[in-house]
Amino acid sequence: MARIVAGIGLSHVPSVGPAYDRGKQQTPAWKPLFDAYLPVQEWLGRLRPDVAIVVYNDHGADFTFDRYPTFAIGAADRYAIADEGFGTRALPEMRGDFEFSRHLAESLIHRDEFDLTVCLEMGVEHGFLVPMNLCFPHGPGGWPVATVPLQVNVIQHPLPTGRRCYRLGQAIRRAVESCERDLRVAILGTGGMSHQLQGRRFGFMNEAFDQSFLDRIESDPEGLAEMTHQELMEQAGAEAVELIMWLVMRGATSKNARRVHRHYYAPMTTGMGLITFEER
Amino acid sequence: MKPQLTAPIPDTTVFDLAASRRGYRFNRLCASLCVPANREAFKADEEAYMAGFGLVEEEKAMIRHRDFKSMIEHGMNIYFMLKIGAVTGNGLYRMGAQMRGESYEQFLATRNVKEAV
Repeated sequence: MARIVAGIGLSHVPSVGPAYDRGKQQTPAWKPLFDAYLPVQEWLGRLRPDVAIVVYNDHGADFTFDRYPTFAIGAADRYAIADEGFGTRALPEMRGDFEFSRHLAESLIHRDEFDLTVCLEMGVEHGFLVPMNLCFPHGPGGWPVATVPLQVNVIQHPLPTGRRCYRLGQAIRRAVESCERDLRVAILGTGGMSHQLQGRRFGFMNEAFDQSFLDRIESDPEGLAEMTHQELMEQAGAEAVELIMWLVMRGATSKNARRVHRHYYAPMTTGMGLITFEER
Repeated sequence: MKPQLTAPIPDTTVFDLAASRRGYRFNRLCASLCVPANREAFKADEEAYMAGFGLVEEEKAMIRHRDFKSMIEHGMNIYFMLKIGAVTGNGLYRMGAQMRGESYEQFLATRNVKEAV
């Protein structure tokens, strides 16, 4: 039987991509961020997940507003690296697992009635790639895990509610556990933390909010899932609303999962958070 | 039903369906810049490129003047604006400084670690 072994909440700030590609991991400005992931990579090396479900949002590389799905899941054997307007990063294409995606889609749509858009072709960009760079660095042989991209609309309101995202996570857990293959699954909820990227309030961050969110995603995720978009945006900046994607991850991990890592670094315009959970 | 959006947030534009409809042409143009040949075409002849997307004169003027604050107010999505920023040599922080009404240097001085760019 497949099972979830790890859940990770982390930011997907675009500037991390070029910093990674240019080898800036040990520069004073970037070292605090990249070093925080070294124990995470070591931990994931011990847990040996076969598949990572990456809950992220596209930023206009693969989906545009002529049709913008609320939830979309990839079902392919490979996912291309998308050009989001700054050139295509020199990364190997992502490995998918069509049969696992198909199982997830069937369970989510039939059992829990989450009517996701299913995509046989998807290109992935920084929302997906930055978390992969940080958690699952690729080698000459490609990426160490297969992936399932799960795209959430967090940019064009009306967005799904926090509670809906949390319930999607719970449904994902049931879907994983009903898969007969012996797969070890990690789930990543990406985005945030506090940031606002437009208007006069550009650059707004709120570390106190972010630390409280990190506390509550561990101890009180159901309470956190009741926050409205208004509350999230007022307290943490308009673009911080994407933190609802962490709730998908937390819904998919058990309540008593052990919190393993926690880190926070806010150098420029985004509170970059990290939290990990391991199933007992 | 618990209302998710209840009041305007100061100094903030919420990108909702009304904004998306208003900025539809803008965002289509931005999305097209994910193709390298289109970026080259934009750089080679901005006016001809804009003509292909049915922008109204007011929108074209915002692009000509690199008026990012107005673009957001007229329905351009911030993540799509990053693409027109990239093709015109205006990264996120330069656009952000303009939206705050500051110089780039003034904006950087407000950051915790300004080398993390």
